[in-house]
Amino acid sequence: MHVAMTVNGREVSGDVEPRTLLVHFIRENLRLTGTHVGCETSYCGACTIQVDGAAVKSCTMLAVQADGATIRTVEGLADGDQLHAVQEGFWERHGLQCGFCTPGMLMSAASLLEQNASPSEDEIRHAIEGNLCRCTGYHNIVRSIEYAASKLRGEEPAPPDWTMDFEGVS
Amino acid sequence: MTTSISAMGGIVRRKEDPALIAGQGKYVDDIRLNGEAVTAFVRSPFAHARINSIDTSAAAAMPGVVAVYTIDDVRHLGPVLAQVPVGVMRPLLADGAVHHAGEAVAMVVAENSYVARDAAEAVMVDYEPLPAVVDMKAAVAGATKVHEGSESNVLVTWFSHDWWPGVFELVDHRPAIAEAKERDDVVVVSQEMTNQRLIPTAIEPRAVLADWNHGYNRVNLWSSTQMPHALAGAVAKTFGLPSNEVHVVAPEVGGGFGAKLNIYPDEILTVFASKALDRPVRWTETRREAAFSTIQGRGWVATATITGTKDGKILGYELDGIADMGAYSQNFTVAIPVLGLFVAQGQYDIPLAWQVSCVQTNTQTTDAYRGAGRPEASYYIERIIDMYAAAIDMDPADVRRKNFFKKEDFPATTAIGLTMDSGDYERNLDTLIADVDYAGLRAMQAAARAEGRYVGIGLSTYVEVCGFAPSVLAEFGFGWDAYGMPTSFSGSGLVRVNPDGSATVIIGTGPSGQGHQTTWAQVVSDRLGIDYDSVRVTHGNTAESPTGVGTFGSRSAAVDGAATYEAAEKVGGKAADIVAHMLEASAEDIRFADGGAHVAGSPGHKVTWAEIAEVAYKPHKGPDGMEAGLEAHAVFSPGNATWPFGSHLAVVEVDPDTGNVEIQRYVGIDDCGNRINPMIVDGQIHGGIAQGIGQAMFEDAIYDAEGNLLSGSLIDYPIPAAGDLPAFELGWTNTPTDVNPMGVKGIGEAGTIGSAQTIVNAVVDALAPLGVKHIDMPLRPRRVWDAIQKARG
Ligand code: FES
Ligand code: FES
Repeated sequence: MHVAMTVNGREVSGDVEPRTLLVHFIRENLRLTGTHVGCETSYCGACTIQVDGAAVKSCTMLAVQADGATIRTVEGLADGDQLHAVQEGFWERHGLQCGFCTPGMLMSAASLLEQNASPSEDEIRHAIEGNLCRCTGYHNIVRSIEYAASKLRGEEPAPPDWTMDFEGVS
Repeated sequence: MTTSISAMGGIVRRKEDPALIAGQGKYVDDIRLNGEAVTAFVRSPFAHARINSIDTSAAAAMPGVVAVYTIDDVRHLGPVLAQVPVGVMRPLLADGAVHHAGEAVAMVVAENSYVARDAAEAVMVDYEPLPAVVDMKAAVAGATKVHEGSESNVLVTWFSHDWWPGVFELVDHRPAIAEAKERDDVVVVSQEMTNQRLIPTAIEPRAVLADWNHGYNRVNLWSSTQMPHALAGAVAKTFGLPSNEVHVVAPEVGGGFGAKLNIYPDEILTVFASKALDRPVRWTETRREAAFSTIQGRGWVATATITGTKDGKILGYELDGIADMGAYSQNFTVAIPVLGLFVAQGQYDIPLAWQVSCVQTNTQTTDAYRGAGRPEASYYIERIIDMYAAAIDMDPADVRRKNFFKKEDFPATTAIGLTMDSGDYERNLDTLIADVDYAGLRAMQAAARAEGRYVGIGLSTYVEVCGFAPSVLAEFGFGWDAYGMPTSFSGSGLVRVNPDGSATVIIGTGPSGQGHQTTWAQVVSDRLGIDYDSVRVTHGNTAESPTGVGTFGSRSAAVDGAATYEAAEKVGGKAADIVAHMLEASAEDIRFADGGAHVAGSPGHKVTWAEIAEVAYKPHKGPDGMEAGLEAHAVFSPGNATWPFGSHLAVVEVDPDTGNVEIQRYVGIDDCGNRINPMIVDGQIHGGIAQGIGQAMFEDAIYDAEGNLLSGSLIDYPIPAAGDLPAFELGWTNTPTDVNPMGVKGIGEAGTIGSAQTIVNAVVDALAPLGVKHIDMPLRPRRVWDAIQKARG
């Protein structure tokens, strides 16, 4: 079957089997490998992308269902050399270790901040509950998203909370 | 020494991140070779069965199927190699029988993964089910054998008093403990506790890509492994190649936690298929496979007993347990409990009598999972010490303090003859107590109790052992000899200053998110004053990197990091001679900083690294007789392991009507010696704590009595999500080690080793007014609710 869609601002098309998952179309046909596969069964969130502006796990959709859609993947987050605020936040606040969950996490975070410019810590944790990370314990992911939210609001981000200069709790 | 932010102890953004946040990082499954074929495995639905026949004809006839292999095709390659080969080794594919659900029976190679998976379903296997044994105690009793015809399911029993006689000075504390039990001023507190099996669950499933080139008689192998050199050795040994003809590349690895620290049959089989088919062959694990084709962890049941006086002096600690090995031994399997034995006595200077039997069951193999034996051991001592404190009505912090090894005891000798390098447990606990206002917390708890609320405070201390050493441990089975790579726990690093003044650092580690590129660049930048951005660190390619044993046991910084430090010192020594020649000064007076070198006391009298490098590569410009070039390699073999430690505290509230546990605070004060990058250290602790909380609260690899894995998906095996965890409050003390020149100890596993029991201690403390003494993990609401109902009668 033939499918056509807009991915990261580019018109793309290809021939797929009816059962081809959208994530496989993105990874295999388009060779955009930033979108990861961690489970293929809709639990881990590593495959999260934006479809027509909403965060979607791309292993839960068939490629044919995305025919005509506008899609953004992690490769489309930055504007040229200018990192998206969530990318900058994850870099500045150590929001990633192995990086495997990161693309999906970034897409969920970007979607959250498009809907809620000032999320509380609870709202952030809730928004990324469908994205599993085994490395970070989420602490610094939350701080990264808070950093991005501040940036997008044009405010100075809170200073990092890592243990630094003295013995004891910081 | 520079004072820049990238110096040791400074925080700098990670070198790894720009590619990863852009979606440009390359994991094994992101790499594609022309003409590659894809594999899928046929896996056993039975935990124990004889295989009467395997009919591959229908699968082989399907369009797009390239080959179907069974054990008959690969038996000549032998079983999967293991470092500690005790018990039955895993065959590459089931040989006449299967011994756990999920065991690979046949391998299909096809043009794409959809076809491969369809064809795997078309392979007809005639199984004749046999009785399976899953329960550890039943396996020890031995009525049913895991492997037909074997004499016993018990592979080995480790005793603290003779775990390695002749090498370490061992004392049998059993008579003294028995005597102490006879005294009338003692209490004896005993409890059987389960430390349940876990599924490591790296978010990146394992993946392998093999490309055998017959022309060069060489194989290129990409694998999501934590130990590239060991894998190269194992492949070389299996296929009769020298190890330098096996190029293993571990590109980005999406989390490991010990699960990628193994030689797996799929790694060997993809190489075999690539060789046989003369084309690249790939395998990518599915999430369901990850649950039972990758090793699992923990799986102990043990009775812990403390004999102590009524005023809190512990006279003996006993542990009598069974550890589940699964059906086959792989890399370290039966040695994992020994790592628990290393820290069995915790921070306490107490007599120890410890025995753990390693038993096989018809389940997936267990091996190193974050902490590997040490979380289990810490759990038992720290749970039973809380029960002892309750029994003598003493505050758990005070009981711990009373039995600590004292600062002046270090280097301290443990009950099993090991020497702990440095420690100041009291100061560490004091820091925690002061920072959380422990007395205030207890007052808050009393007020909550008065209102009928169930608030608990849990405390745990821990000792970790990292960077395993000394070298003699190689003879215990930690030596990679089995992979044709006889080595010990050394680490290596190569530092090269290039002709343009940039530096390349090549290391033999196998990181999976720990930020080695960043950390090692800081070390080299700090030693040589080369700008952090001009240092490039590479790893995970056996064709170019010096031999390393990989990344595990929180060892990389303390061992390979120290090697890199020493290599940088060597480069600095030669560079100092060059600079002395250039500036007409004496080599002792040369200082490296700010992108170059200067003469001490006259910072204006300086040269840049590009200028130094040019002289180094143009020997006619340098000192007489100088060898051209500017690089050095160092191998570091530590004289001892390092022994980090810490104290953790959790505050929880239990809802008595639902059994739901809310973690309100989690505080950790960890001491890993000097810290190269505190941001990365914090991140390691966060992730470690999350995995410990995962064990305490949610995770459980559940097999039914027939050996079916009931928790093979992320729904049945819920790892913590963001909403399940609190923000973590971290602090630190610093007690450096003199085992390595940087004074660093290691931090990868500490958070996990300190946390599971902290949570359980807190929950039991919350329910103490009801008389609850113990609840086995995971503390899911139903289990907590049941305990409450039982206590209420
Ligand atoms: S791969 Fe789509 S949710 Fe895990
Ligand atoms: S950074 Fe490794 S899974 Fe999130």
